[in-house]
Amino acid sequence: MTDLSAAAPALPAPRQKPSLLAPSARMRRRNAAEARFRLYGLAAIALALATLAIMLFTILRDGVSSFTQASLSFPVELSAETLDPKGNRNPAELSKVTTIGYGKVLTAALLAEVERRGIATDLSDKDISALISKDAPGTLRAQVLADPTLIGTTIDATVFAAGRIDGFLKGRVTLESAERDSNISPEQLRLAQQLVDAGMLTSAFNWSFLTNPDASDQRPEAAGLGVAILGSLYMMVLVLILCVPVGIAASIYLEEFAPKNRWTDAIEVNISNLAAVPSIVFGILGLAIFINFAGLPQSSSVVGALVLSLMTLPTIIIATRAAIRAVPPSIRDAALGVGASKMQTVFHHVLPLAMPGILTGTILGLASALGETAPLLLIGMVAFVDNYPSLPPEGILDPATALPVQVYSWASRSDPAFIERSNGAIIVLLVFLVVMNVAAILLRRRFERRW
Amino acid sequence: MKSFHLTASVLAFAAASALPAMARDQIQITGSSTVLPYATIVAEAFGENFEFPTPVVEGGGSGAGRKKLCEGVGETTVDIANSSSRISQSDIDLCAQNGVNEIMEVRFGYDGIVFASDVNGPEFALTPTDLYNAVAETVLKDGALVANPHAQWAEFNSALPAQDILVLSPGTKHGTREVFDQKVIIQGCEDSGAMAAFTASGMDEDATEAACMKLRTDGRNVDIDGDYTETLARLDTNKNAIGVFGLSFYQNNTDKLRVATMGGVVPSAESVASGEYPVSRPLYFYVKKAHIGVIPGLKEYIEFFVSDDMAGPDGPLAEYGLVSDPELAATQEAVAAETPMGPLQ
Repeated sequence: MTDLSAAAPALPAPRQKPSLLAPSARMRRRNAAEARFRLYGLAAIALALATLAIMLFTILRDGVSSFTQASLSFPVELSAETLDPKGNRNPAELSKVTTIGYGKVLTAALLAEVERRGIATDLSDKDISALISKDAPGTLRAQVLADPTLIGTTIDATVFAAGRIDGFLKGRVTLESAERDSNISPEQLRLAQQLVDAGMLTSAFNWSFLTNPDASDQRPEAAGLGVAILGSLYMMVLVLILCVPVGIAASIYLEEFAPKNRWTDAIEVNISNLAAVPSIVFGILGLAIFINFAGLPQSSSVVGALVLSLMTLPTIIIATRAAIRAVPPSIRDAALGVGASKMQTVFHHVLPLAMPGILTGTILGLASALGETAPLLLIGMVAFVDNYPSLPPEGILDPATALPVQVYSWASRSDPAFIERSNGAIIVLLVFLVVMNVAAILLRRRFERRW
Repeated sequence: MKSFHLTASVLAFAAASALPAMARDQIQITGSSTVLPYATIVAEAFGENFEFPTPVVEGGGSGAGRKKLCEGVGETTVDIANSSSRISQSDIDLCAQNGVNEIMEVRFGYDGIVFASDVNGPEFALTPTDLYNAVAETVLKDGALVANPHAQWAEFNSALPAQDILVLSPGTKHGTREVFDQKVIIQGCEDSGAMAAFTASGMDEDATEAACMKLRTDGRNVDIDGDYTETLARLDTNKNAIGVFGLSFYQNNTDKLRVATMGGVVPSAESVASGEYPVSRPLYFYVKKAHIGVIPGLKEYIEFFVSDDMAGPDGPLAEYGLVSDPELAATQEAVAAETPMGPLQ
């Protein structure tokens, strides 16, 4: 029978013994899955870093140039005939001469200097004077009114060059683009080049970008962050003063003293919810309460600070509570055990140990408040403010803007030079944020204790 | 730490005690973002030349600005609302309800609205009809009303380039949109005969107007809710697009934009002032009369705003792209006499 042999049971395949040297299929699958997962992680981090790099690159590329500024230097004769026709140096009389008058003085001085140096140009006087910033007459007027003895003398004036000329020195404006540009002509740029060769037109580090107030659309070269930096500074100090005592007191009470019941639970949930409320809502609240009800002045840094405090408080309370909770109970038990009162325990032992966490949370909360624009929009701080706020305490009632506000308002202006300023303002804001975050890290490192 | 707390409480107390003594000494201005650049130019020059502090100028939109003006009388309310469209009866009613009875209306110039494309693209010579045919939802084709089938400009006007249609219109919250609707879309609707066809199909006047103003939503017309810089950025990424800009914005960016003629007229300060260029609108600001004499410098500021040095044909405002009002002298008189506005006609 032939099928006997076929029916003979085939030897069972020897059962594979798992070997440590040859990985099984299942093992290979698991290893492959792990390798893939690591790759995903790496890809995610690479993507995040690339985004950051691209963002920083574009901001730096477009913004770094705002830290240099072209200026024209030439002697200006402040003749008494035009600036003080009556000759009595009476301040009221002197201020009758407007910036239009000073503009003529500057134009005449520049024309004279161009002629004296023998720079040949066939431009009209008006086109030549367009090289001077529109900000210059105002600056000169303020200088003369502050020091009337200058009248009758010749001073060496250094004034901003117009925005397009500044752009020419930075490479933003070229002879080709000037062909199509109705605000500047290639001839004017050629004259600017001659002035550079003659040493009258120079580029230098632009301190005024950090100190000047905002300027109107016609004078991008004069716009600066002075008011915005002061406004942000006032607001941050006020937020600190308002938030830290309230936030820490609330946290200590909730964490160490409050009974655990339905009320405290409700408060806890609400604090977490408040931390997640969109910031614009706080702006609406601020407008209704602080301006319309309490009658505080619009656009002032005190209202901004109050609104930002409302926004920051929940963050600070949550961070502080976490820090207090992280202090081991044994510390409290030991303190109570040697006879300290509850309050002594908290203030002598728990709070000092929780301080690094509290500081970190506070600084991070402040940093997010520093970058906030939306609530400021509703309380009138997104505005053109040209006067510096005065010194505190009155100064907190004066109108001011903030750094992110300046970024926003410059980004929406028509002159391309403001795009550069806007990126420059982002750089300043980022520097502030990095400094604050580094401070947070350093403080944590310095004071942190581990058990 | 102790001294820090002490300073903190002293500061807080000082702030609190300073509150009742406050008196606003700077002018507060809000309103249209179209007028904002002009208002900042005037405010800056005012701050330079007068003893008063520089006014604080906010943007935010014409409608929002007028509402803020009508919130009431007092130091916490604004003094001036800039507006790129005329005040409405509902605003006046709101004002009256809140005790703002006397408002001064000041028209200080005109603003042209231009259509512009990428500087390296082809020339466009547009008419309202062309724009209506390009962006309306329903157009008249071969005598029948049909859903807009046009994909290229040359399809309805062989004089235009064979380029894909993409129009970046101002969003509905813009003051510019009103002018765009009234002077371009409705006009085009009428000129192309679509309006007559709508009426013939049995619609009443309001329904016809609403049907005319309906723009296509298939992506060939895009509403831009941001400002002109956003339109410019979109135009930069899509070279086929035609954007809607203010005249002053265009004049500041002539190296990037090529302007289209409208009905054969090149937009410029002259053609807007003469009324030859059709798409323009008056610019206003509204002053709360009760604040004159209370807020220091308010009268001086409005007089300075409409002075020949500022709003005249050779002044900085005209230089920036504003079209000077031919009737400026009458405005100056009205401002000097503090004449409040009468009822709307």
